[in-house]
Amino acid sequence: MIGPKHSTFKRILPQLLILAAALAINLVVFPDFFDIDFRNGRLFGNLIDVLNRAAPVAILCVGMTLVIATRGIDLSVGAVMAIAGATSAAVVVEGHGWVTALLAGLGAGALCGLWNGILVAVLKIQPIVATLVLMVAGRGVAQLITEGKILTFSNEGLIHLGAGVVAGVPTPILVWMALGALVIFVVRRTALGMLIEAIGINERSSRLAGINSRVLLISVYLVSGLCAALAGVIVAADIKGADANNAGLWLELDAILAVVIGGNSLLGGRFSILASLIGALIIQSVNSVILLSGMPPEFNLVIKALLILAILVIQSPRISTLVYMLRASGPQPQPDTAPLPKTQKEEAQ
Amino acid sequence: MIRSTHLPLLVTLATFVLAYALCASAYPSMLSTRVVANLLTDNAFLGIAAVGMTFVILSGGIDLSIGSVIAFTGVFLAVVLRDTSMHPLLAFALALMITTAFGAAMGALIHYLEMPPFIVTLAGMFLARGAAYVLSTESVPITHEFYDVLQGLYWKDPSGGRFRLIGGIMVLTFLVGILVAHRTRFGQNVYALGGGGQTAKLMGLPLASTTIGIYAISGGLAGLSGIVFSLYTSAGYSLATVGVELDAIAAVVIGGTLLTGGYGYVAGTFFGILIMGLIQTYIVFDGTLSSWWTKIVIGGLLFAFIVLQKGLTWATQARRRTTTGSAAHS
Repeated sequence: MIGPKHSTFKRILPQLLILAAALAINLVVFPDFFDIDFRNGRLFGNLIDVLNRAAPVAILCVGMTLVIATRGIDLSVGAVMAIAGATSAAVVVEGHGWVTALLAGLGAGALCGLWNGILVAVLKIQPIVATLVLMVAGRGVAQLITEGKILTFSNEGLIHLGAGVVAGVPTPILVWMALGALVIFVVRRTALGMLIEAIGINERSSRLAGINSRVLLISVYLVSGLCAALAGVIVAADIKGADANNAGLWLELDAILAVVIGGNSLLGGRFSILASLIGALIIQSVNSVILLSGMPPEFNLVIKALLILAILVIQSPRISTLVYMLRASGPQPQPDTAPLPKTQKEEAQ
Repeated sequence: MIRSTHLPLLVTLATFVLAYALCASAYPSMLSTRVVANLLTDNAFLGIAAVGMTFVILSGGIDLSIGSVIAFTGVFLAVVLRDTSMHPLLAFALALMITTAFGAAMGALIHYLEMPPFIVTLAGMFLARGAAYVLSTESVPITHEFYDVLQGLYWKDPSGGRFRLIGGIMVLTFLVGILVAHRTRFGQNVYALGGGGQTAKLMGLPLASTTIGIYAISGGLAGLSGIVFSLYTSAGYSLATVGVELDAIAAVVIGGTLLTGGYGYVAGTFFGILIMGLIQTYIVFDGTLSSWWTKIVIGGLLFAFIVLQKGLTWATQARRRTTTGSAAHS
């Protein structure tokens, strides 16, 4: 199986290069960046921190990649994180175990995802608008659950999920890696991934070809809601409390950014979850550069904006046709193909 | 005859009247001019920004950057007035120029790079918010005598309501917005663009200048909104007005504008803003409800109006199908 593996590597090569560059800048501003210690039964090091802090965005972007592949978008993930975190905290405060709390949080996320999915797939509302409803109302619902307070808890099991260690590795790292591997396995070892891509490229023809696009669309939003819930529970467990106002605030934008950095088109179609996950790591590495270099964290947003702009320019259909034309108008072995692009270019001028 | 394009606007009006009647029956003092005047004053900055958002949504786009642009304008004014001896009017003009140019730049990116407005304005949102942070992370108070003069300008109703300058600016913005949308060629182009970009292109409309103009208006009005917000709060704070873009979008949708573009009225947005303000006023009057109910009710209204729009679209399509017979058999 050299063929597919080789193409996967080729697909994620640009992302790997950007990640390597970001890590190299980290190394420049902080020479001990790659040092990893093993102390008190836990791995310590900046690299581990990057992997650990990337967990919420990495988990979100797994679901977001699938949603974007169907030509949709899920703006509600931040609010769903807040709802799920609040639900888990409320359940654990009532005295139930951490498994019940986790399941309750995931259940809340699944309900939110189902709601989005039905709006998009059954009522045929544009995804941006459909998920906007939950984005606006979701934080209100989360505050309703926490009754406007920051619900704190001290349940060991739940805290372990966000701040604990399994075999020396922080739990969130294991969770996002396991989730990523599981979803990649499911969509790529079955036809699911291809069917999702088909919906994103042309929903109507995919339906005519016999794909049950309605069920698939609902399940995609369901998965996104579940991922958001998992991220929300981890964030709540990390700070030992559910903050309805700030949990997951603006993380939907980071998740979308991770997917876009991963080279996935916002217009749907082919996707790579692996590339999105590397995108999440890139975002976290950039954050880490800003922190370690002692630059004021205020620059974080400006740098993110410039990053998006750069990617936009690269991804733009107009630029890619321009590059294509420049290449085509260069020295050509066949003389009969060269004049056509040239005239088009002259027209454009 | 009621046309289906007018129906969302009529529903908005009916909702507003009904909501006001309900509020007034619970708390008769809500009918006083004092409450009406405060409704205008408190929602002035949101209303001005929502006019720009209406144009953007009418054209089938979206502008996520306005909340950040409002915050940036506030911080910019505060820092300029603190560090230089510039007159506020000059600073206002400068702020409007910067924000209009910012909006125009986003419009140019959207048009020339053929990228979805959603992601371009997302970058703009980060950029404006980041620029505000870079200027100052702390809340900077504005203490200029000219601000006191502007804040002291109001018309006092005999029964006690104070109609302040910023409320007046909002109403004026809406009036100009209505004129531009319905009485100018630019307004027609905006509707045509929202009705179908490809069709508009084939009809020979100036797509580039229209798109750039729409986002320039949205940016400029966000700047004006920032000026009004700084008059309202007498300070510039980079963390202020987070999420205002969502409130503005909600107001536009509740005002009956179709999110796919092409249908809607600037006047509808005005009532959308008033409905949202009314909910907040009711919660203040009630005193026992928490403020997060505002978000839930607005989310519910948003949902109801989206479903209403969807239903209307279906109804129109179904009617067209029955009248044209086999023509729409696909």
